[in-house]
Amino acid sequence: MTYEIICAGFGGQGVMLIGQLLAYGGMLEGKEVTWFPSYGPEMRGGTANCSVVVSDQPVGSPVVAEPDGLIALNGPSLMRFMGSVKPGGVIVYNASLINEVPEDRPEVRLFGIAANELAEKLGNDKVGNMIALGAFLGLSKVVGLASIEAALKEVLPERRHHLIPLNISALHKGWALVEG
Amino acid sequence: MERVMMKGNEALAEGAIRAGCRFFFGYPITPQNEIPEYMARRLPEVGGVFLQAESEVSAINMVYGAGGAGARVLTSSSGPGISLKLEGISYIAGAQVPCVIVNVARGGPGLGGLTPSQADYFQATKGGGHGDYRLLVYAPGNAQEMVDLMGLAFDKAEEYRNPVMILTDAIMGQMMEPVVLPPLRTVTAEQPWATTGKQGRKKPNLINSLGIVGEELERINIELQAKYDRMAAAEARYEADGTAEADLIVVAYGTSSRVARSAIARLRQEGKKVGLFRPVTLWPFPQAVLASLAADGKRFLVVEMSAGQLVEDVILAVNDRAKVSFFGKLNGTVPTVREVYDRIRSLLPEGGEG
Repeated sequence: MTYEIICAGFGGQGVMLIGQLLAYGGMLEGKEVTWFPSYGPEMRGGTANCSVVVSDQPVGSPVVAEPDGLIALNGPSLMRFMGSVKPGGVIVYNASLINEVPEDRPEVRLFGIAANELAEKLGNDKVGNMIALGAFLGLSKVVGLASIEAALKEVLPERRHHLIPLNISALHKGWALVEG
Repeated sequence: MERVMMKGNEALAEGAIRAGCRFFFGYPITPQNEIPEYMARRLPEVGGVFLQAESEVSAINMVYGAGGAGARVLTSSSGPGISLKLEGISYIAGAQVPCVIVNVARGGPGLGGLTPSQADYFQATKGGGHGDYRLLVYAPGNAQEMVDLMGLAFDKAEEYRNPVMILTDAIMGQMMEPVVLPPLRTVTAEQPWATTGKQGRKKPNLINSLGIVGEELERINIELQAKYDRMAAAEARYEADGTAEADLIVVAYGTSSRVARSAIARLRQEGKKVGLFRPVTLWPFPQAVLASLAADGKRFLVVEMSAGQLVEDVILAVNDRAKVSFFGKLNGTVPTVREVYDRIRSLLPEGGEG
């Protein structure tokens, strides 16, 4: 099986990081994975995104055009990628920044979480990305929560390792939102 | 074996370190900057030298010098920077000095853009610089091959005393994938031909690409061509996936081959017989294998991110024995899986209208 994901948001929201965690977590489970960032000239306040592929076979194209899953942390990202999500796919979006969601994708599972407010409640407004990732994992089950937790040690630089417990709480928070 | 996630550019850099490369000279350009960035940090750890030159021209001449002293030396750039290095590359080829040159290609011509491209194929395989010279050219298809082919590139450069190029593109360079790293190799910089001082020998070693006296230049060229013939006979590499039973064979390398692989996987699920032929060496081109597939009555579709460069080598190899179709995306755009899928379907015997 091949599962394709796009993570998108404003620069600084940590979309590249959650994409890398998905890829690294998949690798730790013995899967074939790719992570590919959008790069090049970007406008301040513009969107950043990355493509992640998790598969039990060697990955072909690392550029995802029709994702099975989308994590959209801001409005422009949801608008840009929502239409390309495959039928039966999953979208987790940041309801803190997105008030209106088009209702033209009934065949896709849409899940809004107030990532910013929930992150503030955890005491650090930067972990909204991890809450969204936790919710996405709960819905898609593409990679196990434990693998993402293990990936944190590999992906985060040493000087950020003291933040791993906070990030793990945020992941669990997101997971609980969709499991509950 | 422990797998680690690495960007293609980082995999190339660490692959070079593991292969005993201890010198890097370069000048920054997107989308290959992770290579010098990585080397700047990593080379001092293993007792090597990283130097950011004042220009690409300087960098390639530093490579010429270090290679001439027998050291394993790397430079990397992207299209516009490679164009600047071509004079030096021609000199290095003429003087028969080993080195490895990476081109993480971006869209051109001119300053072009930062997006991926395969339009530097002619530049890499048909010379680019002046004179009758050849580079051994590797085109990695994944991050693991970035590591493995880099190791091979250094060995072959030394074996043939010839510059070796690794031609890849912005997607392959920026993408992260798991790799298994080989152990760190210890290599000696002592080459019998290298200019490291006479060391008791009567005659000094000389490294030069000048052949101005009498028939000297003809002699040099005959020697070079004999070497290229040996390389052509021994060094062609490729991957053939499902080509024997295929009705249609897609020919592609690098990023295009990955997009093609995804499209082919979909078609195979529908019971279609589609193969993938991926040249791993762009020079020497794996001509004989394609020729024999053509003789078996296969038809071919060449997919590349250019206006049509690889396709010329395929047509030459096939030599009128089979039909060759072409699907190219112009500089800066990558074909989607759906586009390649649609194109293949339209060419299949029963395809097109369904």
